[in-house]
This record gives sequence, structure tokens and C-alpha cells, in this order.
Amino acid sequence: MGTLKLELKGITKRFGSLIANDAIDLVVQSGEIHSLLGENGAGKSTLMNVLYGLYEPSAGQILVDDRPVTFNGPSDAMAAGIGMVHQHFMLVPVFTVAENVALGNEATGTGGILDLEQTRRKIRDISAKYGFDVDPDAVIEDLPVGVQQRVEIIKALVRDARILILDEPTAVLTPQETDELIDIMGQLKAAGTSIVFISHKLREVKAVSDRITVIRRGKVVGTAEPSASTTELASLMVGRSVSLTLDKAPARPGEETFQIRNLTVMNDAGQALVDNVTFSVAKGEIVAVAGVQGNGQTELTETVLGLRKHVHGSILLDGKELVGRSVRQVLDSGVGFVPEDRTTDGLVGSYTIAENLVLDLYGKKDFSRGFTLNRAAIAKHAAAKIDEFDVRTGSAEAPVATLSGGNQQKVVLARELSRPLKLFIASQPTRGVDVGSIEFLHKRIVAERDQGTPVLIVSTELDEVLELADRIAVLYAGRLMGVVPGDSSRDLLGLMMAGLNAEEAQAHLAGPDSARATTTEGEPA
Amino acid sequence: MSDNRAAPEAAEAASAAPAASAGEADLTGTGTAASPGAAPGQGNRILREIMSGNALVSVLAVVVALVIGGLLIAVTDERVGAAAGYFFARPGDLFGALWASVSEAYGALVRGATYDPTARTWLGQLGIFETLTIATPLILAGLAVTIAFRAGLFNIGAQGQIILGASFSAAVGFGWNLPPVLHLLAVILAGAVGGAIWGGIAGVLKARTGAHEVIVTIMLNYIAINLIGYLLKSPLKDPNSSNPVSPALHDSAVFPLLLGPNFRLHAGFLLAVLAVIAVAWLLNRSTLGFELRAIGANPSAARTAGMVVSRGYIIVMLIAGALSGLAGVAQVAGTEKSLDAEVAGSIGFDAITVALLGRSTPWGTFFAALLFGAFKAGGTSMAVNANVSIDIVLVVQSLIVLFIAAPPLIRAIFRLKSASSRGAAA
Repeated sequence: MGTLKLELKGITKRFGSLIANDAIDLVVQSGEIHSLLGENGAGKSTLMNVLYGLYEPSAGQILVDDRPVTFNGPSDAMAAGIGMVHQHFMLVPVFTVAENVALGNEATGTGGILDLEQTRRKIRDISAKYGFDVDPDAVIEDLPVGVQQRVEIIKALVRDARILILDEPTAVLTPQETDELIDIMGQLKAAGTSIVFISHKLREVKAVSDRITVIRRGKVVGTAEPSASTTELASLMVGRSVSLTLDKAPARPGEETFQIRNLTVMNDAGQALVDNVTFSVAKGEIVAVAGVQGNGQTELTETVLGLRKHVHGSILLDGKELVGRSVRQVLDSGVGFVPEDRTTDGLVGSYTIAENLVLDLYGKKDFSRGFTLNRAAIAKHAAAKIDEFDVRTGSAEAPVATLSGGNQQKVVLARELSRPLKLFIASQPTRGVDVGSIEFLHKRIVAERDQGTPVLIVSTELDEVLELADRIAVLYAGRLMGVVPGDSSRDLLGLMMAGLNAEEAQAHLAGPDSARATTTEGEPA
Repeated sequence: MSDNRAAPEAAEAASAAPAASAGEADLTGTGTAASPGAAPGQGNRILREIMSGNALVSVLAVVVALVIGGLLIAVTDERVGAAAGYFFARPGDLFGALWASVSEAYGALVRGATYDPTARTWLGQLGIFETLTIATPLILAGLAVTIAFRAGLFNIGAQGQIILGASFSAAVGFGWNLPPVLHLLAVILAGAVGGAIWGGIAGVLKARTGAHEVIVTIMLNYIAINLIGYLLKSPLKDPNSSNPVSPALHDSAVFPLLLGPNFRLHAGFLLAVLAVIAVAWLLNRSTLGFELRAIGANPSAARTAGMVVSRGYIIVMLIAGALSGLAGVAQVAGTEKSLDAEVAGSIGFDAITVALLGRSTPWGTFFAALLFGAFKAGGTSMAVNANVSIDIVLVVQSLIVLFIAAPPLIRAIFRLKSASSRGAAA
């Protein structure tokens, strides 16, 4: 064991004519948490795949404890003490934790019989040492994502990893799980494990790092101390100055044209996913639905769109009932809808950008005559929207799957905002989107509000909620914990997200133990 | 902080999982295909990969299949065996014999399928028209597989749909008395309706109950095969024949021959070409095609965009069934002129191969069907003129399927770059 120093010298990786990594130098000192910050597609993951032996570098050198090494595969990297936790877990869902940890590294007794007890013991040891709380006999598919991630970390530790690469580990985690992961990283560091932390989330990077290396377009563009401001980091990452705070005029709410009354939505088993929720959104106002992922937000928006069965209660838009209508009817009544997951629900990956821009408009007389698509009109529409929303693409005829996440999201937003709306709903409008695009997307959403459209946002990112919302509705276990002003404190929202209603939460904050009740160690909004 | 952690972890986990796909790894074509919303499963993803591989893979699969077929022809040729016996004395003889054997066989195949200047009669010289005749039902049934696939359904049921279409059109063809043109139109329509019913059953079951179309269509094939056996025992049987065949269709009910009585090529071929054009228009230019393709590529996104996925499934299976039904019409009213239990031959299954080879595009399917027509037409000539068993054609056809089904194999042989390796660079 012992700590380990890692050095990358002039690592270059080419894919054909594309240079994914361009002469990257990186030193990870033993026992430090070193963050690799960069936008999606900047080359972070490529670099780590080179380090882990998955890609062969086109040029450059890897040094472990000042000795040059070459890795022909992950097994070489593991033997050198490097472990990696991929963004997408490499676990067999139907196996137990112990079986997964043993996989590829099976301890065997006499006659080659599998000795799982030995693995179980190791898991319990590591679990106790770092407070992982992982049962070696639990089946993977029954575990929450955060625990699955810990299993991945255990896998690396069982193989004596002294440097751990975490590739976008927080992308799949809830805010609570993220906090727990940050704790774990601290403990690992204290025990002498070096960590390379890959992320594009500034807040987390600042919270955990000893040092930060920023990568842009395959090159190291700078290093920073965690004390650097988020604006500085963001500017370094994007390559131009970025404003992280939104210039937003105060809302001028008009008539409450969108009303949800006593809405209850059940699943097939009869459990309430949305439980007797009542609130409304006024014209020219943004209401954000906050809550930890999986507390009924997704179901709420899907119900408005008409995708859900077992709906009780009433959803009124301009006095007209939306419950019981088809998706097409809801869209036609003037609802713009940005789904939570653009890749599964918002876009058809193999369709061109132009086609995706009319995915729910192709039947309108602007884009078709009778049964025939009006290709010319669709192309013209695409050109206009690509220009208006600054979608970075070579051609409107390129498959939308070739775009970056931010540009894909722009396509979805462009489509949904390209007709006169009476209600605009956006779920996770900036999830997986680079910083530069977030700014743009937020501005467009506020612009829609300023035109007098009622806007409903769902986001699990508290930053985003606080940035956009004029009022905030908090959901917990499908129930509405209350609707509070947009400038409410993080502490208040955190308590409500954990299941206290607005009054209880306020009372709690006024009480003597309020000091402990912070949600995340964020900078002031 | 501790208060906040009280949130229900199980509930989080359930819906946090999809968030993984929204992370750094942006969607690729195949990634979208595996969208969880409609649960197409891994099997479907593999099928999709096979069905939508690039044209080069199709062409190379044919080339490799022909090369291996050539080897088989060579090793079974006596001259080659004889020359191999004194290989070390005169090695040139072996290669000469190899070349002679393979080039004779494939030469005969190509001439038989297209134009053979050596044939004694000018009728025999023009094998190309036989190729077109054999290709006609394959084009139509191939389209039935193609269009269903574009909407995300794997239609294995062309065979049953052909049988139903053939039965309906035969019943109208010998059972009704109508003026010439009208009668043929009625026969065509009846065939389309018969096929559409059979396809529609699978579509409705898929849409309403989620029954997997592969299972349903396979079972419907069996039902159709036994149904035609029954129909030819009593209701549709020719009373004057001791065999299980229907009476001959009236003259007014059959496709006119395009090139006089010496060639079998009939107007059904024109119908097939029209069908290719219609399907190409439907898929690429119409609003319905836009919906169907969206449903096939990403049903969740289609649903969110207001399309009704279940309706799309029903519509596309009705269309696919109608196209297969037309293939049945081409058999009954084109070449056979009556109905028997073998009316569909292996067309319904060859249609799947044809659609595969044509990468599930209408014109790709058209040319793949022509190729298969040529194999069949030329195979006879090969057997007669080069003394090579006609079975070798079947072997080549099977090899084509094998190589198309294993695109990585073809890529490895020709060192092509795979589509997915480009994604890794992003």
C-alpha cells in the first residue's frame, strides 16, 4: 500500500483527424483530490481512459511514482494501483454485492471452489472503515444508485487501488447522495488514497478539490485553487466570460390561467405518486417545482401532458380541463413541453435536426399539405431556429444524436418555444448541459415568461430553482409541502424537500437548532 | 443536513437511474434505440443494428457469400479433384481447374439470370424476364417486412399474410364473375384485404396487449398454413380435381402478361414497382411515415410529441399485411393462376432476408429482391449448363444472411471502421 504519485506528460490522443487530448500534462500528488474540470466533450473522459489503459495514447508518457509505465489494458492499470469508477456502472444487476466485487478477481479455495466468504469479509472491512454501509449479500438491482456507486468504489479498493478515478460520479446522484459521496472522498483521502475527480459541476469541484485542472477542447487551459470563484472557473472552462447570475426583471404576474386542483396520480398498483396537489401559475410568472428526484415531479408534468393513467382531480388551462385529453390535444391547446430526459423523450436520435425541430409540429399546415410533408418549409424553419437558438451544428440535416447535450437541449427548447404558448413546462431544462448553454437556456425561459406565458419549471438542482423561480413549490413524496417565494433560503427549501411543510420548516429555522440545518455548503445566491 | 437525508432513498433510486443517460455520454443512434420507455430490449437493438447497417456491408456480404459459394463449387468439382491429385507435378493445372469450375458455374448463373447469347432459342436467351417474374412477390413481401421494421416491428409473418392474401384473391378470382379490368382490381383488393387482416391481428395484439409481434406473427404463420390446408379440402377446392387445389382463376382475374405468352412476366411486376414508389413516398415524404419512423426509432419521444404509438403499430401492420397480401396476389393471379398449399413457397421467409439485405429501405429491398430473383432464375441455368447443384444457390443465400447478421465479421474481413468506434471519439 502506501500513497502514489501520478504524472501524465504530454498525453496526446487522436481519433482520426480529431485530437481529443492535446499534449496534456497533469500531476496528481499522493493523497490529494485533483479535479478535472471541463465541459462535456472537452476530453476529460478520454484522458482518463488513456490513464486506465482503455486507450493507447498517440504520444506522451505516464509516470507512476516517477517511473514510466505503459498500460495495455485496465488490468495493467489496476496492477499499478489505479482504480476507476465509470459514470455508467459496470455491475451485474442480478448478482450480489459480494459476487460483483469478486467478479474478475475471484478468491478461490481448494480445488478452485469460489470463496465468497473472503470477499464478504473484505467488503465488511472496507465498509466499516469508511462507513459505507454496504451489505455484501444485497442484490445490486435492489440498491439505490448511490450505494451501487459505493460498490464500484469497493471494487477498486479491494484491488488495492491507491489512486481512484471518479468519472462524473455525481451525474447520477441526488443532492443527498452527492453530499455522502463528498464525505466518502474526504475519508478516502485521509486514508491516503489519491482521487481524480472528473466533473463539470463547479460547486462540487470547489467543495472537494485540493487542486483543479481545467481542460478545454483537449488542452489544459489552466490550473486553479479551490478558492477561485465559480465565475473564474466557469470562464476558464468555457473560454469566455460567463455570467452565472441571471439578469431577471421582477415578475409581473397576471391572471392565474394555469391551475392544478386536488390532483392525485396513481401508479398501476394504486399507490399515489402525486397526492392531492393544488397550486397555480400566473401569466408572466415562473413557478419552479423543487424536490429530491423521485418525489412526484416527473409524474406531475407527465400528467399535465396527458401521458398518465389513474388521474383524479383537475388541471385547468384558461378554464379548460386538460385531464382526460390526449397528448396531441394538450399540445394543441398551447402547451409547450420540455421533457426531463431529452434523449429518451425529447428527441429521436436518428432523425435530423430539422426533423426534430418539427417532431410535434409536422402535422400543422405550416409543415405539411394533406399527407405530404413540406420539406422546404421544414428546412426553412430549421435554418431559422438553428440561427435563433445558436445551435452549433454543421448542417440541419445532421442526425440530432451527433450534437452535444447542450445543443440537443437547445433543439428541444427551440421546438417547444416555436409556437404561441399558453403554458410552458420544462423539466430539468439544463441537466447535462454545459455552462455556456445553461446561461442561454435560462435567458430564453425568462424571455418566454416576459412575454406573459405561465412557466412551470421542474428541477432537482437547487441553484437552478433559485435562479429562475418567482415562486417555488416543493414536493415531497408526491405531496405539496407548500409554495414559497422565489427568494426563500436554501435552508428553508432543504427542510421542505425533506418533508416538512412550509410552516414547520419556518418554525424549525427559527428554533435553536437552526444552525445545523443547512442543505449544501453553497455560496450565497 | 441530517434532516435532509431523511428523504426516501428507494424512491430516489427508482427515478435517478434514467438520469444516467443525460450525463456526459450524449446519445448516439443506437443509444436512443435502446430507450427504456417502450422496452425494445437488447434483441431488438441487435436487430436494428443489422437492419440498418450501411450499404457497403450488404454488398460485401454478397461478395463474401459468393466467394465461399465458389469454393464449395470448386471442391465438389471432379476436375478440380483430379488436378489436385497431381498438384506437385503441375500446380498450374489445379488453379486452372479451379478457375474453370467457378467461372463456368457463376457464368451460367449470371447468363441464366440476365442474358444468355449461347441459348438455342431467343426465348431462352432472355433470363432477365424470369428474374423479374420471380422477384415480383419478393419485392412486395420484402416491403412488408421493411415498412414494419421502420416502425419498430419485426414482421416475421409475411408467410401467413401471403397465404391469406392468396386465398382471398383466389376466392374472388374464380368465385366471382366481373368485367375484365374490374375483376382484376377486385382480386388485387381482396388479396390486400386478406393480408391486411392477418397483419392487422398482430398489430392489434401488439398495440392493445403488448404481445410481442415476433411470437404472434410466427404463430399466425402456422395458423395460416393449416387454414389453407382446410380451405383446399372443402370451401376453395376444385371439385373436378382429386388434388387439394382451387379451380383456375377466370381469365378476367389474372394479371395480363407484359411480353406475350412466351414469358411469364406479368403486370404484377408493375404493381410491385408502384408499391416500392408508394412505400418510399409514404416513409420519407408523408406525415404518416414521419410518425411511423419516429415510433420505430424512439417510441417514448414519439409519445411525448403527441403521436399515438399503439395506433401506429396497428396502421403499419395493416399496411405490411396488405403488401404481403399483394405478394400472394402476384402468385395467384400472376404465375400460378390457381391456389394450392404451396402458393407462398418460401417467399415469406426470403422476404425477411431481402429486407435485411436491402437495409429496410424500399429501393434497397427492391434491388435485393431482384438479386434473389436472379439467383433463382440463374440457378436452374447453372444446374443445367455447369452441372452444379441448384442447392449451391441456397447455400449462397444462406451465407448472405449469415454475413449480414454478423456485420462485425464483415467489418473484420474488410477492415471497415465500425459506426460505434466513431462515437468513442466524442
